[in-house]
Amino acid sequence: MSIQFKSIVELRGMLDEKLISASELTQETLQLATKYQELNCFVTMNKEVATKKASGIIPSDEISSWLEGMPLAQKDLFCTKGLRTTCSSKILADFIPPYTATAVEKLEDAGAITIGKTNMDEFAMGSSNETSFFGNVHNPWKKGYVPGGSSGGSAAAVAAGIVPAATGTDTGGSIRQPAAHCGITGLKPTYGRVSRWGMIAFASSLDQAGPLARTAEDCAILLNSMSGYDLKDTTSLNSDVPDFLANINQPIDGVKIGIIKEFNLGELDSEVQARFEESKRMYEKLGAQFVEVSLPNISASVPTYYSIAPAECSSNLSRFDGVRFGHRAENADDLNDLYIKSRSEGFGDEVKRRILIGTYALSAGYYDAYYKKAQQVRRLIKNDFDHVFQSVDILMTPTSPNTAFKFGSKGTQNPVELYLEDLFTISSNLAGLPAISIPHGQVNSLPAGLQLIGNFLKEDQLLNAAHLFQKNSDFHLSQPNLEDFS
Amino acid sequence: MSWETVIGLETHVQLSTKTKLFSRASTTFGANPNTNVNLVDCGLPGVLPSINKEAFYKAIRLGMAINAQINQTSIFDRKNYFYADLPKGYQITQMDLPIVLGGSIEIFLDGATKKINITRAHLEEDAGKSIHDEYDGFSAIDLNRAGTPLLEIVSEPELSSAKEAVAYMKAMHQLVTYLDVSDGNMAQGSLRCDANVSIRKNGDKELGIRTEIKNINSFKFIEKAINFEIKRQIKVLESGEKVTQETRLYDSVKDETRPMRSKEFANDYRYFPEPDLLPVIISDEEMQKIKDTFPELPRQKELRYQKEYELSAYEAQIIASSKSIANFFESAAKKTKNYALLANWLIGEISAYLNKELMEIHESKLNPDNVSALINRIDDQTISGKIAKSIFEEMCISGSSPDKIIESKGLKQITDDDAIEKIVDEVIVKNTEQVEGYKAGKDKLFGFFVGQVMKVTQGKANPQTVNKILKEKLKK
Repeated sequence: MSIQFKSIVELRGMLDEKLISASELTQETLQLATKYQELNCFVTMNKEVATKKASGIIPSDEISSWLEGMPLAQKDLFCTKGLRTTCSSKILADFIPPYTATAVEKLEDAGAITIGKTNMDEFAMGSSNETSFFGNVHNPWKKGYVPGGSSGGSAAAVAAGIVPAATGTDTGGSIRQPAAHCGITGLKPTYGRVSRWGMIAFASSLDQAGPLARTAEDCAILLNSMSGYDLKDTTSLNSDVPDFLANINQPIDGVKIGIIKEFNLGELDSEVQARFEESKRMYEKLGAQFVEVSLPNISASVPTYYSIAPAECSSNLSRFDGVRFGHRAENADDLNDLYIKSRSEGFGDEVKRRILIGTYALSAGYYDAYYKKAQQVRRLIKNDFDHVFQSVDILMTPTSPNTAFKFGSKGTQNPVELYLEDLFTISSNLAGLPAISIPHGQVNSLPAGLQLIGNFLKEDQLLNAAHLFQKNSDFHLSQPNLEDFS
Repeated sequence: MSWETVIGLETHVQLSTKTKLFSRASTTFGANPNTNVNLVDCGLPGVLPSINKEAFYKAIRLGMAINAQINQTSIFDRKNYFYADLPKGYQITQMDLPIVLGGSIEIFLDGATKKINITRAHLEEDAGKSIHDEYDGFSAIDLNRAGTPLLEIVSEPELSSAKEAVAYMKAMHQLVTYLDVSDGNMAQGSLRCDANVSIRKNGDKELGIRTEIKNINSFKFIEKAINFEIKRQIKVLESGEKVTQETRLYDSVKDETRPMRSKEFANDYRYFPEPDLLPVIISDEEMQKIKDTFPELPRQKELRYQKEYELSAYEAQIIASSKSIANFFESAAKKTKNYALLANWLIGEISAYLNKELMEIHESKLNPDNVSALINRIDDQTISGKIAKSIFEEMCISGSSPDKIIESKGLKQITDDDAIEKIVDEVIVKNTEQVEGYKAGKDKLFGFFVGQVMKVTQGKANPQTVNKILKEKLKK
């Protein structure tokens, strides 16, 4: 029985019924990864450690945890002890961390087996996975098309059925947009739900780790393990973590779903609109009520985000100076020259662009006009959400205005074109709210995603609504034809 | 033309917490390079700071002692600049909302007191240390100090001489050690300051252009550096030129200040709120706890010493001025009744010894038990004051108890009248010439007889008894 395209729930069943051993599961997963190497999902494989860990898992008749022996892929932005962690950047191409990120550690403690580290946009800066030092990742649905980004490798590995699930991080849509483009489910939790310890920071106040999987149910399983307060991350939330899986089968009769007026969905591609309308009808059939809501400041999300995120990134990336770790330029004349050469050689263009934008936004004389102003607008956007969540439970939007596009077709002349890809996803990062993307059919033979945004700490509501949708549809079950990649 | 000096000090106090401000690495001084360092201190990718509340409690204690406003909600900011010993490429500090605002500190100079207002005090992390001269062709970096908590206390520009600046730093030293905020060790850099110095014509309202002398770490250097800078600025202005606003370094070997390379301070630090840390909130309960455990301050001690131990105002002030001496005094006073003599010794012999050895009392071999025993032996006339001094010298070297020294060296005082009379008689018999001289009116010879008696008794004879008996025997 093939393990490809199986969900965690299905693989758990196979393991528990001893149809397959943890060891065999890991080996087959590693074989799939090799078979579909051309997708370029992985930057580094963890073959030896994974093989050893899997062989140590002895089948027993006792009920094991959901993740015991489960192969997972980790975005190459989570530090993994002894396993190269590059952030898909030349500057960290040889970096082997001495410690493991809390989110990964929690999954591994629950029995998950890290089989490799997935490709991504360099330092998570991009929406197409085209900024990676290790090359583009193909969208499993169409060769030569982007998988989305920045968690493009994770999304493609799940979509290709290599692993049942993978970790990702989401600063402005980096879990949800690639999930949408690859036809899988991806959840960005509430800011602070998952510890950021060991996540290489892009924009500290926006970054959040979360799962990418085949189903909402599987996302709930991962989130159960990843969540929780961490003393090592003071911004992590010290609040109760519900059992997300146990809460997943609630009816949604009377649940109020808001449609955001300011997003002008009528201007979108008619096929994208058609998908959206169909999903709306599905939820109506399930008992939800729709209302139009207004978030007056939400149209300022993209410029707000592109002031705050680069500002934080410009400071967060200062530590990559060639002094203690990472790429160090040879033949530097002095300390300053070492910085200039190491960073010029080590960072790619998009990272440099954002460091420059951020440095500018924070510099004397511009701080008030850009960074400070952006923080004020961010507060207004957050207030808008607080306000609408007094009258609705969930907000619904397409995840992305478009489906996946061809390599090199967007943003090469004008980066802003690519920044607009994040239009629907960015605001929940600014407000710190949870949001999920689920597949809801195809547009021109490529997957399209539906986004549900929830109130603060209401991941359970999102997972429940997403699960109900998946119980009543089979969009999440479609599989790409991978002939071109093997 | 006469000039007026205006000085403001930025004092960096290293807080005596066990661990660093944002990591749980140790802050012990003098460890091997890069051993008090963990992932956070190295600024590794993916690490995050976490708050050491103890540093806040210490900062608040200082704030309360200077009657400042305590911001129970304070935030951290990033100060961005590149340097090899700054691992993250930014320093976490407090800009807009520091923990302590306002307040004042009293300084004492030439018998007068002056109130100096404090602008603010904020918490920040220290950087590591670059070592440029130990490895040929390489610079080395020691991150042991990186992340050590500092409290930067900024004074208003209200000091008007180098001497006042020193008095301010002395008051600050007393305060931080008393409050157990810092060990105050200047040689190890636990207390150091930057001095902002400017001069203006007497009577001018506007401040002159200032220079900042960085990182001065002794009372002596503070005085010298500021005095040099004042003279230099006067010379500049009197020659018709302008003072350049700049950062300068004091070179103690050449006794001069020099400008630092312009590169080192031409930075735009791009301050912004630290997104890795939430605002730090100190609860009312925490504030109350700090108040409830507030240590006694020097002024309070002085008054108590006058009342409880009947010390003079002068004695009380000197003993209370140093926390370690005060603690020593109080421990020793539990085991002797002669507080006046104890105070006398602490201010006299003991202080002189410590000053000579450049030691704090807790670094010496003296302990309160032994010193109180010494006082008691003087008090009960077992030994004379003179013998006590030689016993004290021995105590300083060996650390043994005065009773043991008296015993082993046979230094017990001879107070027995008969024994002394016998010796006096012998002296008189042996020195007939001097006896005649004395009787003929050479009064000064009395000292000679005392000396002879002491010589025979090896100084152990009770001087009062010797005097009394000699006077009787030598009656004219």
